[in-house]
Order: sequence, then C-alpha cells, then structure tokens
Amino acid sequence: MNLLGKLTWSAIPFDQPIVMGASGGVILGIAFVLGWVLLKGYVPYLWREWITSVDHKRIGVMYLVLAMLMLLRGFSDAIMMRTQQAVAAGGAQGYLPPEHYDQIFSAHGTIMIFFVAMPMVIGLMNFVVPLQLGIRDVAFPTLNSVSLWLTASGILLTNLSLAIGEFARTGWVAYPPLSELDFSPGVGVDYYLWSLQISGIGTLLTGINFVTTILKTRAPGMGYMRMPVFCWTALAANLMIVAVFPVLTATLAMLLLDRYLGFHFFSVDAGGNPMMYVNLFWVWGHPEVYILALPAYGIFSEVAATFSGKPLFGYRSMVAATMAICILSLTVWLHHFFTMGASANVNAVFGMASMIIGVPTGVKIFNWMFTMYGGRVRFSVPILWTIGFMVTFVFGGLTGVLLALPPVDWQVHNSLFLVAHFHHVIIPSVVFGVFAAYDYWFPKAFGFKLDERWGRPAFWCWFIGFHLAFMPLYVVGLMGMTRRLQHYDVLSWQPWLLVAEAGAVVILAGIVCQIVQLVVSIRGREALRDVTGDPWNGRTLEWSTASPPPAWNFAVLPRVATLDAYWSAKQRAQTAQAEPAQARAYAPIEVPKNSPIGFVNAFFAVVTGFALIWHIWWMAAVGLTGAFAALLVFAFRDQEEVEIPALQIAQFEARHQAEVTP
Amino acid sequence: MNVAVTLDEIRPDTLPSASEAGPAPKRIVVAYGFWIFLLSDIVMFSALFAAYAVLVRATAGGPTGAQLFNQGSVAIQTACLLASSYTCGLMSLAVNERRRDATYLFAVVTFALGAMFLALELREFAGMIAIGATPQRSAFLSAFFTLVGCHGLHVTAGLVWLTVMMTQVAVKGFRPNVQRRLLCFALFWHALDIVWVWLFTVVYLMGVHP
Repeated sequence: MNLLGKLTWSAIPFDQPIVMGASGGVILGIAFVLGWVLLKGYVPYLWREWITSVDHKRIGVMYLVLAMLMLLRGFSDAIMMRTQQAVAAGGAQGYLPPEHYDQIFSAHGTIMIFFVAMPMVIGLMNFVVPLQLGIRDVAFPTLNSVSLWLTASGILLTNLSLAIGEFARTGWVAYPPLSELDFSPGVGVDYYLWSLQISGIGTLLTGINFVTTILKTRAPGMGYMRMPVFCWTALAANLMIVAVFPVLTATLAMLLLDRYLGFHFFSVDAGGNPMMYVNLFWVWGHPEVYILALPAYGIFSEVAATFSGKPLFGYRSMVAATMAICILSLTVWLHHFFTMGASANVNAVFGMASMIIGVPTGVKIFNWMFTMYGGRVRFSVPILWTIGFMVTFVFGGLTGVLLALPPVDWQVHNSLFLVAHFHHVIIPSVVFGVFAAYDYWFPKAFGFKLDERWGRPAFWCWFIGFHLAFMPLYVVGLMGMTRRLQHYDVLSWQPWLLVAEAGAVVILAGIVCQIVQLVVSIRGREALRDVTGDPWNGRTLEWSTASPPPAWNFAVLPRVATLDAYWSAKQRAQTAQAEPAQARAYAPIEVPKNSPIGFVNAFFAVVTGFALIWHIWWMAAVGLTGAFAALLVFAFRDQEEVEIPALQIAQFEARHQAEVTP
Repeated sequence: MNVAVTLDEIRPDTLPSASEAGPAPKRIVVAYGFWIFLLSDIVMFSALFAAYAVLVRATAGGPTGAQLFNQGSVAIQTACLLASSYTCGLMSLAVNERRRDATYLFAVVTFALGAMFLALELREFAGMIAIGATPQRSAFLSAFFTLVGCHGLHVTAGLVWLTVMMTQVAVKGFRPNVQRRLLCFALFWHALDIVWVWLFTVVYLMGVHP
C-alpha cells in the first residue's frame, strides 16, 4: 500500500530540459508574484476585496486575468509547434521529441478552448450583463464565485501537469480507444479528464446563473425586445451551456469509469463503442463553438452601433438570428466525423443543416455592415477589431461551407485544411471579439482608457500575423499534410510552414504590443482618465453609471422604456434642456456578503482532483469531506447580506455628479 | 453628459407586461434557477440513457436484462419512491403552514421510503455482482450500472440533503432561506421520480421483453 499512489520522483521530468526550463520559469514567476504580494502586505486586501468577493464585476475581471494568462501559455504552445514544423522536414527531427510534441498540441487545444476562450467570454458576460440589464448583481452571486474558483481549479490542475507527470497525448478531443487505459496508461488523460470535469461544473453553474439572471431579474421596463444584443447573445450562450455541458460531464464520466474501474463504454472489447464517445463529445462540442462565438457577435453588435453613432440595424432580425443559431447549433454535430461511416443520407442531412447555419450568420454580417453604412464611424481600436473580424470571418465561414459538403470533407478530413478553417473562424470571432471588448469596456472597469497608440499596432500585428500564420495551412492541407505531425518527409511543404512560422512571430509582436499597451496605460492613467462614465458616447445602461461602478452599480434601479435606454435618456435630456440635478433621497441597499466558500471549495477540488489523478485514495476522501464540510458551514451562516447605508450612496452620487458637471 | 437622473422618470403605470415588471422576488428567482439546474441534470441523464440504448444489446456473451431483472423487487422500489414523493408533498404542505412536528414526521417517512428504495437497489446490485454480472462483464452492464447507479447516487444525495434540512429547521426554524431550500429539495425529489419513471420503463419494462 503506497501512501502516495502512483506519485513518485520519476513523475517529475528531470531529463527533459525544455519542460524543466518552462516549469522552472513558471514556478519562479509565481514565487516572485507571491513574494511581492506578501512583502507589500497586499494579502488582506486581496482576500477581502477580490478572493472572497461575490461582486460580478470583480469576478468578471478575475476571469479575464486568468484567461489572459492562459492565452500566454496557449500561445507558447502554438509558437513551439509552429517552430517544430518549420524545421522538422525531411531528415531533420526538430527540437521536440514526439511524446513531448503530442502533449503540446493536446494542451494547446484544451487550454485555448476551455481555459482561454471560455473564461474570456464568461468573464465579459459577468462584467457586462448585470450592468446592461440595469441591476445590481447576478441572480446567485455566491454561486458565481464558486464557478470562478472551480474554473481556476481546472486551470491549476492542467498546469500542474507541466511539472508533475505529463499531459494527455491524445489531442484535445481525447478520442477512445487511444484515450483508454490500454493505449494511454499514463496520468496525462487523467489530468485532462479531471481538469475538465471540475471546471465544467463551474461552467454549468455559470450557465444556470445567467439564464436565471437574464430571464428573471431585468430592470423594470426592460422587456425582451429592449434587451441589449449582448444580453441576448449571452442568454443564447448560457441556454446552450445548460443544454450541452451536462452531456460533456456524462461523457467524460463514462471515460473515467472505463479508465478507473474497467467499464466498457468506449473500449474495443466486451461490446464497447468508441464511436459513441465521438458522437457524445460533439453533441457538446459543436454548440460549444457557438457558446464562444455568439457572445462575440454580441460584442461586435454593441461596438458597431456605438462607434457608428447609430442604432443597430435590424435589431429584431439580429435577435432572431441569434436564437436560430442557438437551436440549429444542436443539429449539426455529425459534420465533425463525416468519415465515421454513417450512410450517405445521414451525412447529407447533417451537411445541409451545417450550411443552413450559414444563413443566420450571414444575416448578422449584413446587419453589422448596414449599421456602419451611413454612420459617422469613429475608427477607435474596438471598431478596428470589429472590421477585421468581418473581413476575416466571412472567408473562414466560406471554407466552413466547403467542409460541410461530405465529399469535400472526405478529401480534407484530418488535414491542416481543417486546422486552418477552425482557427479562421474562432480567432476572428472569439479572440478579436474579446479584444474589441477589452478596449471597449476597460474604461468602465477601471476608470481610464487604454492607450490607442499601442492598441492600433496590436490590432495590425494580430490581423496580418493571423493571415500569414493560417493561410499557408490551407495550402499544405490541400497538398495532403495531415494535422498533428511532429515531422514530415515532403520538402515542398516546408516553405509554407516557414511562412506560417513568420505569422506566429508577427502575432507575438501583437501580444507584446498589448502588454506594452496595458503597462503604458496604467502608468499614464491620469492622462487617460474618464470621469463621465461614458467615454464612447454609449447607448446602453452600463454607461449611465460611474466608472468604475460602485459595488451597488445603480443608486436607483433604472426604469427602461426603450431599446438603447441610455441613448434615449440622453436624447430626452437634451430636448428638456437639462434641468439642474435635484437633490434626492436614497434608500439603503442590501448587497450580498462576501464569502470564502468559492475559494475554499476550489482548494478542496484541487486536492480531490490531484488525488484522483495519482490514485491517492485517502487524499481524495479528505478533499471530498473537506468540500462537503465547507458547504455545510456555509449553509449554516446567519447573515447573507450587508446593508450599504443611504448616506454612503448619497455621498458617492454627489461626488460623481460633481466630477461629471464641471 | 450626465443624465442618469432622467432614467427613472418614467412612471410605473407605463409598464404594461410581466416581462417588464422588474426583478422577480427572491423565492421565484431561486426556484427558477433550481428548475434550470434540474433540466441540466435531466440532460445528463439523457446522455446516460442514450449510452444505455446504444449498448443494451452489447452483452458480449454475458447475461441479458431479461435474465437478470427481478420485476417484483423493482415494483416494490417503484412503489417506495412514488410513495415518498407523496409524503414529500405532505411535508411541503406542513412547511407552508410552518408546522414543525408534521414536517419532521413526513420528513422521516420520506427518508425511510427513500432508504428502503436504496436498500432494494443495492440488494439487486449485490445479487448481480454475486453471479458475475459485474459492470466489467459487458458494455451493457457498464451502461446499466452507470445509469441506475447515477439515479441511486442522486437519491443518496437527496437523503443527505433532507437530513441537513431537518437540522436547519431544528436549529434555525422556518426562516425564508430555509423555506426556499426546502422548496428546492421538494423539486429535486419529485424530479428523481420523473427520472425513475423513465428508468423503470426503458430499463426494466422494455428490458424483459426482448
């Protein structure tokens, strides 16, 4: 009986200099930040104001910080792969051995989808949706904190695999039978499975939280047809989370049962059915694409309207298109495996369904174009990302229509053509969308704008680098290069892969510009300060409150009578010749009390997950018991809310008024 | 420009429909959120049902459902669970009237019926394992044990939850948050019945008629 299960010193890859260097760097970085926080005495502040916070704005910011850090990790994986493929042609083997290369592409996909794109989108929804709905928080604020920290647990476990043990070598989809114990006996797949199970629970709770928030707690007067488009897309995304994340949970649970207890769901013997995994995985996986993309479409809608100074063209058709995509996305999963061997008729049905999704997406593109048409467009950084998206995404969508044709798919299936296609749709929509949102809502979160002088080159580097990096992959894909190759013998592919490598370097320059932009903006924040709370002449309710908004968001819940509520309020104020703001009485506001339950629960989740990965059964029992005990303590607390006195609100409002009216 | 003051000047009488009535009361919000959770739980079960349907004939030369299932025992299980849903409803009525003794009484009966259900299920599992029909025997048995066992785990969680709730009633009384949690518990318990009705039909009734 070994107290540490499968964990021994050999789990730490001392013989691999690249891995040891990377994990050593990460550990040094974390030690440096922790030491700095401890020395400066920031721990109580961080604990009080951030770690235990249940404020949706703080939680949103923390999600985004996590996502941006993981973007650096995911991008490091990407540029390592590009470099490997740029050099490993013919007899050359490159600098990455196959078992390491396989972990890198698996980690890249897993991290980018689950720990970059998801927390980016969820973080933005957290920050923006309650403000746009004109309310003070989400429906279940403490549950929101639990979601955040469960996501962080999954991220931590995935990154632990860098230093302790290994990550999956199965690709980010972990298809059986390769991911079964017989063929992947190491802990890599277990890291993958437990990270995703833990963070997946967090995501599901987020979905429940936001569906309830949007459907049940909007400000007075905000009927469905007065909701900002971003809230509509958030609703669609969260409905899909509730509908499909449980399928992922069940699917991964079945694979876990196969691996841990010798069940036969997906094994090749005793009647198991590996293709069932592929079906179930994509029943989750295709809607997941739209869970990420729809909120990005919402961002582009907000940005296009604001920076064109016009209402969004075709609001109702935009809502209809969003909800149509929400439903259609559940009907196309089979196009991820046309080569499975389903009958021609089955493939045809799913091919047509896939092409039909292009229709509402096309409606959206036209709506954005007509929104800008005839408007006085201000070419700030957010609209650059938006236009860059529209141009790029249309072509990515077209290669998608190609792939939706089963005969074409049979030719390019599993090739770099496919890799080029899905990067061509996900990067312009999700990544460009989130960067547009980052520049757009940053002043709302922190009270000062980001420096445009670094925002523009960041955009151009990403835009040019993206095309350099991914267009060549279409070509080598058509030339027959399959994905996930650690080295190749066809020398005529190499020039294209060198161009792709150059593209990755240009994207790196874009990332550097963004880091410089953040540093420069923080240092020059006094010059970039916005005291009005409305730096872009915005249209929706988030711009009607101070920047950063107070803990209670709105001193008095706004009453909404139109779409673009804040815009029409500004119009009314102009025609009414702005009577002086009258002194008014404020009522005290109850806000939810901070709670450490999210953080404590996540701590035990990490303990449990780590124990299960390494088969340390006593530790798993400790972790589960701890989580349950923490939940009990939380359930028995007496005070759930704290009251903010009316005087404090009045003082804040008076100070804000004084700043706004010079 | 600051015009926040004008945002709330529209009079309440211009609010026509329910969708424009503003944030719902907390009780509604909590129950609604819990309904959404239950739907997600049912989606998870539907994935397990789908797996069972795919694998039900994949017995790999091992025993089939018709050879294994004992409908008499399952009928008693079903009766226990349905009866416990009824007593759970009676408990909800007692909670609404804030009658502590009746709440305890019906909670105890609900707990006992749920525990009886679990005991019969475990006896069924133990009997199958004893004759070699383990989840490792075939894909069919893997799917069977996972689907039925997942429901059993839910019932177990429900029993733990019920115990915690009775402690809360004893320690804290019928506070609004305790009442909201009891409402959610009742929804949960009834939802387990719905899942069981499907389980009973798909696994046990259809399973014995090949």
